[in-house]
Amino acid sequence: MADRRTHRLRLWTSAVTVGVILLAVLLVPPLVQLDEQAVDLSRKLLPPSWDHPFGTDDLGRDLLLRCVYGLRISLLVGLVAALVATVVGTAVGAAAGALGGWTDRCLMRLVDAFSSVPHLLLGIFVVALFRPGVWPVIASVAVTHWLSTARIVRSEVLSLRTRPFVDAAVSGGASRWRVTVRHLLPAVLPQAGLAAVLMIPHAMWHESALSFLGLGLPSHQASLGNLVQNARSSLLAGDWWPTLFPGLLLIVPTLAIAGLAGVWRDRLNPRRRSELML
Amino acid sequence: MLELDTVTAGYERRAPVFRGASLTVAPGESVGLLGPSGCGKSTLARVAALLHRPDAGRLVLDGTEVRAWRHRAPRELRTAVGVVFQQPRTAADPRLTLAEIIAEPLRATGRRAEADSRVAELAPAVGLTADLLTRRPHEVSDGQLQRACLARALTLSPRWLICDEMTAMLDASTTAALVAAVETYRAETGAGLLAVGHDRVLLNRWCDRTVEWKDCLPPKETR
Repeated sequence: MADRRTHRLRLWTSAVTVGVILLAVLLVPPLVQLDEQAVDLSRKLLPPSWDHPFGTDDLGRDLLLRCVYGLRISLLVGLVAALVATVVGTAVGAAAGALGGWTDRCLMRLVDAFSSVPHLLLGIFVVALFRPGVWPVIASVAVTHWLSTARIVRSEVLSLRTRPFVDAAVSGGASRWRVTVRHLLPAVLPQAGLAAVLMIPHAMWHESALSFLGLGLPSHQASLGNLVQNARSSLLAGDWWPTLFPGLLLIVPTLAIAGLAGVWRDRLNPRRRSELML
Repeated sequence: MLELDTVTAGYERRAPVFRGASLTVAPGESVGLLGPSGCGKSTLARVAALLHRPDAGRLVLDGTEVRAWRHRAPRELRTAVGVVFQQPRTAADPRLTLAEIIAEPLRATGRRAEADSRVAELAPAVGLTADLLTRRPHEVSDGQLQRACLARALTLSPRWLICDEMTAMLDASTTAALVAAVETYRAETGAGLLAVGHDRVLLNRWCDRTVEWKDCLPPKETR
C-alpha cells in the first residue's frame, strides 16, 4: 500500500512539475513579450526581490526571464535530440535484430566504433564542424546518443523474433518487413519510448555542457549552459543567484522527467503493476 | 506429398537434436508423431513447416524440394503449410485482437479485402463467438486463444496442417472441439495432417497412423 502511495506521489509530483515547466516555457515568452536580452547596467547583479524573483545578472538582465528562455532552448534541444536519437537508434537496432547475419554484425560494429570514442569528445567534434547554433547542438547530441537505444531495441528484437507468434506470421506468408513493422516494432516501442524520455534530461545536460565550454549556443543566447557559464565570475565575487537558479532549472526537470520515466517503467512491468495494484 | 528425407536438425551444428529422421505424409493422410519430451518432435515439425533450416537432409513439399527457409522460402510454399503451436499465449501477438490474429495471414499476403468474410466464416468453425473476436489474448482463456490460433492456421486454406502438441494445454472438451474442427477442415479440403504429441490414445484415435520416436531415435520411414 505504501509502495502504491509512493508511486502515485511520484507520478503526481513529476507530472505537475513537468506541466508547470512546459506551461512556463510555452506561455511566458509570448505573454510577457519582454526582451530577455535587454541590458540595464543600473540594475546589475541585484539579488532576488519581488521585482526580480531570480535577481539580475552582471548586465542587469532579469534572470527569471532569461532562465525561462534558457529552459525553453534547453528543452527544445533535449526533446528534438532525444527524438532523433530514438528514431535512428530504433531503426538501426530493429534492422540489426530483424535481419541478423552480416547486417547485424556490421551495424553493431558501427555502434561499437561510435561507442569507443568518448561521446562528449565526439559531440565537440560535431559542433566544431558548424557555426554555433541550436541545430549543431541537436546534431551533436543525437549523433552520440542513438547507440544505447540501438542496443536496447536490437536485444528486444532478437528475443522476440524467436517467439512462436513471429513463426506464425512467417508461416502465414508475412515478409520480413511486415514481421518487423507489424509484430516486432510495436513490441519494442514502449522500451524505446522510455529510453527517449530518459534521454531528454541527459540531452539537456549535454547542451549545457557544450554551452558552458563555449561550444554550444552563441554566448548572448539564453540557454541554461550559457547562464551558468556567464555567472562563473559573479559566483567568485559572492553573488550566488546567477548560478543557483539556472543550476536548479537543470536539476528540477531532470528529476521530474526521471520520475515520470520511473512511473512508466513500473507500468510496463506486469509484475510491478500487479504489486502496485494498478 | 510431404516428405522429410534423412533430416538432421538442431540449434547447434555440432550437436544436432536428431539425425536422419525420415517421414512421409500423403495428401489427405493424417500422421501422428509420438515421442518423449526433448527428442526433437517440435524441431522436426518446424522443419516441415519451413521454419527451421535442417543441417542435412531434404524436405519435399508437393514435389518441390525446399531449398530456402523462413522468409527466404517462396510464399506459396510457406503458406501451403498451416501451423498450430503448443502454447497459444506465446503464439499470438499480444497487441492484436482475435479477429486481427485470424485475419493476419490474409493481410500479410495482400488479401485484406477478404479478411472480414474469412474471419466470419472461420470463427464459428472453431467455436469462437463474435464477442470474443474483439478481445485481445490476455482477455481470453488458453482454449479460446488456441481456437483463434487454429483459425489463423486455416485462414489461407493450407494443403498441409502441422499441429505441434496443439491440445497439450487444453481440457478434454476443448481438445475434442479442436480435433473436430481440424477433421472437418480436412474432410472439406483433403489436407494432410502431421499431429505431434505425447498422448498416444488421442493420436491413435485421431490419426490414420502414428509414428513413434523410440528411445530418442527419430522415425526412419521409407515409402
